Amino acid sequence: MILLKNATVVNKDGMTESDVLMDGEFISLVTPNIECFGAEVIDCEGKLVFPGFIDMHCHLRDPGQTHKEDIESGGRAALAGGFTTVCCMPNTKPPLDNAQAVGYVRAAGVRSGNADIFPIGCITRGQNGDELCEFGKMKAAGAIAVSDDGVPVASGAVMFNALKYAKTFGLPLLSHSEDKSISANGVVNAGENATACGLRGIPKAAESAAVARDVLLAEEAGASIHICHVSTSESVDIIRSAKRRGVSVTCETCPHYFAATDDEILSYNTNAKINPPLRTADDVEAIIEGLADGTVDVIATDHAPHHFDEKNVEFDYAPFGTSGLETAFSVAYTRLVATDCIKPSDLCRLMSSMPAEILGLTDRGKIETGARADIVVIDPDTEYTVDAASFKSKGKNSLFDGWKLKGKITNVFVKGEQKSI
Amino acid sequence: MKRKDILGIKDLSRSEINELLSTANVMRDMIDRSEKSNALRGKNVTTLFYENSTRTRNSFELAAKNLGASTTSISVAVSSVQKGETLVDTGKTLDALKTDVIIIRHQVAGSCDLLASNVRASVINAGDGMNEHPSQALLDGLTAARYFGSLAGKKVVIVGDIKHSRVARSDVRLFGKLGAEVTVCAPYSLLPDGMDSLGCEVDCDFDRAIAGANIVIPLRVQKERMDGAYFSTREEYHEYYGVTQKRLELCADDFIVMHPGPINRESEISGEVADGKNSMILEQVQNGVAVRMAMLQLLTDGRD
Repeated sequence: MILLKNATVVNKDGMTESDVLMDGEFISLVTPNIECFGAEVIDCEGKLVFPGFIDMHCHLRDPGQTHKEDIESGGRAALAGGFTTVCCMPNTKPPLDNAQAVGYVRAAGVRSGNADIFPIGCITRGQNGDELCEFGKMKAAGAIAVSDDGVPVASGAVMFNALKYAKTFGLPLLSHSEDKSISANGVVNAGENATACGLRGIPKAAESAAVARDVLLAEEAGASIHICHVSTSESVDIIRSAKRRGVSVTCETCPHYFAATDDEILSYNTNAKINPPLRTADDVEAIIEGLADGTVDVIATDHAPHHFDEKNVEFDYAPFGTSGLETAFSVAYTRLVATDCIKPSDLCRLMSSMPAEILGLTDRGKIETGARADIVVIDPDTEYTVDAASFKSKGKNSLFDGWKLKGKITNVFVKGEQKSI
Repeated sequence: MKRKDILGIKDLSRSEINELLSTANVMRDMIDRSEKSNALRGKNVTTLFYENSTRTRNSFELAAKNLGASTTSISVAVSSVQKGETLVDTGKTLDALKTDVIIIRHQVAGSCDLLASNVRASVINAGDGMNEHPSQALLDGLTAARYFGSLAGKKVVIVGDIKHSRVARSDVRLFGKLGAEVTVCAPYSLLPDGMDSLGCEVDCDFDRAIAGANIVIPLRVQKERMDGAYFSTREEYHEYYGVTQKRLELCADDFIVMHPGPINRESEISGEVADGKNSMILEQVQNGVAVRMAMLQLLTDGRD
C-alpha cells in the first residue's frame, strides 16, 4: 500500500487537500488525515496530485521504424511525461490495419509494463482511403479507436461510411482532418513567415475546410467524431458552433499549438516542422480560448519521434513532427495554468478525464475510491530547462529543447506501482 | 566585412550592402580595364550546385578566377550526392579538402543556412528555393546605382511570379535598404501571403504599378506555373503583365529595365524592350561578375 500524504488532489471538478491511499491496483481511499500502518508514505506537501495523464495521440513507430521509437522506449517516455495511458497511431510500417497487427502492439505494450499502451487501428486498409478495415476484429484485438492519422481519408463518401461503421462497433473515430489538395507540398503555415523564408505554405483552409466537412458528415451520419490536433482559429469556431447545434464532436489540440507560433521556423529549425504547421499568434489565442471555454476537450501530444539524422537535412526533406511526450504537461502547465488562462482542474479535464471519457476508459482519469491507481505527482513551482538529449524517447527532436518550464513530474504510479522516470 | 557567410540580403546591414556595392564598383572598373588581381591567391572556391544554372555558376567561377583563386565545381548529377550523401556530409567533406568558400545553389529554402552552420568554410548563397538570391539582388543594385547614383526615393516595380521568386524577395529587401520605394505586381495567384511585410507595396494592376517607375524588373514566368493553375494563358499574361514598349510610356522620364534572365521574349518582356535603349540586361551580366568578386574578396578578407 502506498499513501500520498498532504497532497493537493486535482480532479476535473476542482482541487481538494487530501491524502490518497493506493491498495494494490486501485485507489482505496481519498480523504484527509489517513493513517495506515505499514503503508509506504510519500509526503506530497506542496505537490499537485493528478490522475495519470492519457495521451490520445502519439506515434510509437513500432513495428517498422524502431530506430525512431519502439514500444519500450515510447512507454518509458510516456511515464517520464506523466502519461500512464497512451494511444498510438497506426501509421507504422506496415500500418496497424488488421487485428493481428493491433494485437502485436497491445501485447508488446503489456509485456513492457510501462504506460498502458492502446493501439489505434486504421480506418482504411493500408491507409489507402477506400476499403474499410475490420473494425470489429481490431477492437476485439485491443484497438481503442480508429484513425487514418497522417493520411487523411480523402473521399467524403468513405468517411461518411467509416463514421457509421465505427459507431456500429462503438469505436471512437479520430480524424486527421486535412485536405491534401490544399496543403499540397507545403511545409509551414502559409503567411508572412513562410513568405519571408521562401518556404512553401500550407493554407489554414487545408485544415479548417476538412474539419468542416468531417463535422458535417458526422452530424448527418448521427455518429461521433473526434478531431485531431486542431491548430487554427477557424477550426475552433467550426467545432464550437457544431457543439452548440448538438453534434457529437470532440477535439484535441497539442502543446505546440498553444505555446508556439510559426516564428519558430524563421531559423529553418526542422524540429518546428510539424503537421498541421505552427500557426500565428491569433490562432494561439483562439486555441487558448477554446481550451478555456471547453470547445477544445483534450490536450494530446502528437508525439512524433524522429532520428537526429532524419531532421538534420534540408527543411523540405525533414519529416514532420516534434517529440512531445516528455514536455507536454510542463508546457501546458507553464503556458496555461501558470498564466491563469485555465485552472489545474481544467488541465485535469484536458489531459486525464476527457480522454478517458472519449475513449471509454471508465476506470481511470480521476482520483477517487475504486479508480485505477494511475497517479502522477507534480512539483508545480520548480523551474527547469528542457534537455532533449536526456529524453527517454529515442526522438530527441523537440521543439521545446532549451525551453524553461514549470511543473516538473516527480512521481508516477501505474496500477499502484511506482515507476522510475 | 566581419561575417563568415552571405546567405541573404535579410541578414545584411545597410553598411555591409554599401561596402559590397562600392567594392563591386571598383571591381567593375577593373574588369573594364581587363585587369586581374591576386587577392584570393592560394584560396579555393567551390561551387556546389543542386540546381541547374549556367550564368550564376559561370559568373561566380569567373569572379573567383579574376581574383586568383582556384575553383572546384561540384555538380550534383555526377557527385556522391547521387549516391545518397547528405548535404551536411558533403559540406564536411569540402571542409576536409580545405575549401575556403562554398557557393551553394539548392532547390530548398534554408539549405545554405544548414550548410553554413555545419562547415568551417564561408558559405555564399547562390539561390535557395524561393528564399533568397543575394548576388542577383546586389548586381541589380549595382546596375541601378551606377545608372542613377543614389537610389533614395527611386520607384522600383517588380512584376511577375513573385510567389515563387527568390529574386523578388532579395530585390525587395535590397532596394528597400537602399531607400527606394518598391512595388511588386502580379495576379493575386502569384503573390505570396504577407509580401508587404518585407517592406514593399503590392498591386495586381500593372498599369497602375508601373506609373512613374524608374526601375522595371520583369521576372520570368515558368510554363509549369500555368499547369499549376496559377494563371491562364501566356497570351493573357503578356497582355496584362508583359513589359511592352507601350506600357513603358507610363514610366518616369528616366527609367531602366532589368531582368534576372533568362528571358522569355513575348511572355514577360517584349523583344523590342529587351533589346531597347533602356534595357540593362547585358550590363547586369557584367556587373554580376563584379558583385561576386566583391562578395568573395570581402568575405575572405574578413576571415584572414
